[in-house]
Amino acid sequence: MGEMLRVQDINVFYGSIHAIKDISFHVDEGEIVTLIGANGAGKTTTMHAISGLLKLKGGEIDFMGQKISQMEAHKIIRLGLAQVPEGRRVFSHLSVQENLEMGAFTRKDSKDAIADDLEMVFERLPRLKERRKQQAGTLSGGEQQMLAIGRALMCKPKMLLLDEPSMGLSPLLVKEIFHIIRDVNRDGVTVLLVEQNAKMALEIADRAYVLETGTIKMEGPADELANNIEVRKAYLGC
Amino acid sequence: MELLSYLINGISLGSVYAIIALGYTMVYGIAKMLNFAHGDVIMVGSYIVFIAVNQVGLPPVVAILLSMALCTVLGLAIERFAYKPLRGASSLAVLITAIGVSYLLQNLALLIWGSDPKNFTSVVDIPALDLHLAGGKIVVSSETVVTIVTAAIIMVALSFFVNHTKLGHAMLAVSEDKGAAQLMGVNVNSTIALTFAIGSALAAVAGVLLCSAYPSLTPTTGAMPGIKAFTAAVFGGIGSIPGAMLGGVLLGIIEIMSKAYVSTQLADAIVFAVLIVVLLVRPTGLLGKPMNEKV
Repeated sequence: MGEMLRVQDINVFYGSIHAIKDISFHVDEGEIVTLIGANGAGKTTTMHAISGLLKLKGGEIDFMGQKISQMEAHKIIRLGLAQVPEGRRVFSHLSVQENLEMGAFTRKDSKDAIADDLEMVFERLPRLKERRKQQAGTLSGGEQQMLAIGRALMCKPKMLLLDEPSMGLSPLLVKEIFHIIRDVNRDGVTVLLVEQNAKMALEIADRAYVLETGTIKMEGPADELANNIEVRKAYLGC
Repeated sequence: MELLSYLINGISLGSVYAIIALGYTMVYGIAKMLNFAHGDVIMVGSYIVFIAVNQVGLPPVVAILLSMALCTVLGLAIERFAYKPLRGASSLAVLITAIGVSYLLQNLALLIWGSDPKNFTSVVDIPALDLHLAGGKIVVSSETVVTIVTAAIIMVALSFFVNHTKLGHAMLAVSEDKGAAQLMGVNVNSTIALTFAIGSALAAVAGVLLCSAYPSLTPTTGAMPGIKAFTAAVFGGIGSIPGAMLGGVLLGIIEIMSKAYVSTQLADAIVFAVLIVVLLVRPTGLLGKPMNEKV
């Protein structure tokens, strides 16, 4: 299994705030890798740096052997790297189906091929099918999260970046969402998962990185980190 | 009968406002800026038609198409050179720039075409319409008919484009969340440019319709209709396309009715007073989107 995403010594600033300091990590093909850490540790910033929404002040990001760190965000998705952003950010005035079709915006495939994939997403996320004509803004938080995931899947990504998919959801829904993530991964999509819910994230991940105030404090196989005393104290509450 | 006749005139004037307001509201929706130079694009478009018809001798339809094309180029150039460098700058800086572009266009027109009013010949060449209703008769000018029909076609076409095409959805996506739209692969810069192009082409059409009905063309011809159309866009709910249409038509009706039944001098004051009242009651405008969305 080859390396899919390589993040090498990246630095990101918000004005004068040095949000990300020399972070390096990698994700191999087929893996679920999670970045865990507290609020303000730099998780979302890292995600935005990868997807091109934020510019780097140094370092390099490669996706499948191609340098993406100077690329514009709307071009990066064409390489098969899709992001499910923090807070879902579905298009609330578009219908569920229109949101999913937006996910396929870059595809040059025929209408039929896209309609087939739409059905596949509905099969995976049946709740969305019931609401396909409804405005996305009227969905519940859990449904919006499913829609955001479905929308990202519509571009047929090779890799999915998920930013806090559990945020604001009930434990039952969190379980459901993580189940979906695992299924998607089993179908061959590599996953980079950013989470505050370290317990759930470590459960489904192969490897993990612990982010603290803009630097990587620890890394290793997810089950090892889940048993690490420091991690248990700081992030698992036990 | 009199009332009906005023109503038709109001709808006609309002249709022109609506077409202009569409440009304001679409640009606001996408780029979150008020393009105060929009009214002056109308003026440039009218001059182009005037020259093409009266001096070059082109047929009116060709002149209008030429004017639409050139205004599209003008709109794209304004966006590219005046507004794009300010993306991410404070909205005040963009607003001042827009006012600056407006003055620039007016003064360039003054320099090129002079200050004396040009007598715009109507591009509409069909006879006026006699309506016989319930024993009475009203005469509707052909300009009025053409204006209303054109506006209706534009509104239907634009609604279809925005709500039922891939690019239209991309525009809606950008107007709601630029970052998320980029993550879908939408090129935000070219979407903004497309919006300016559509708005400017519509401004050219509005200019021709306006000058056909009110044939005196000067470098400031676009200023007042521009402000009125901006008012119409706010009235209907800025950022909302149906809102701009509704706001424009209502504003035209209010203006004509005020002129007919209250006072010609007070008509503009009444128009703006109605806007103030509407905004006091509904700060987001008639069809504006409420802010309390589920997160």
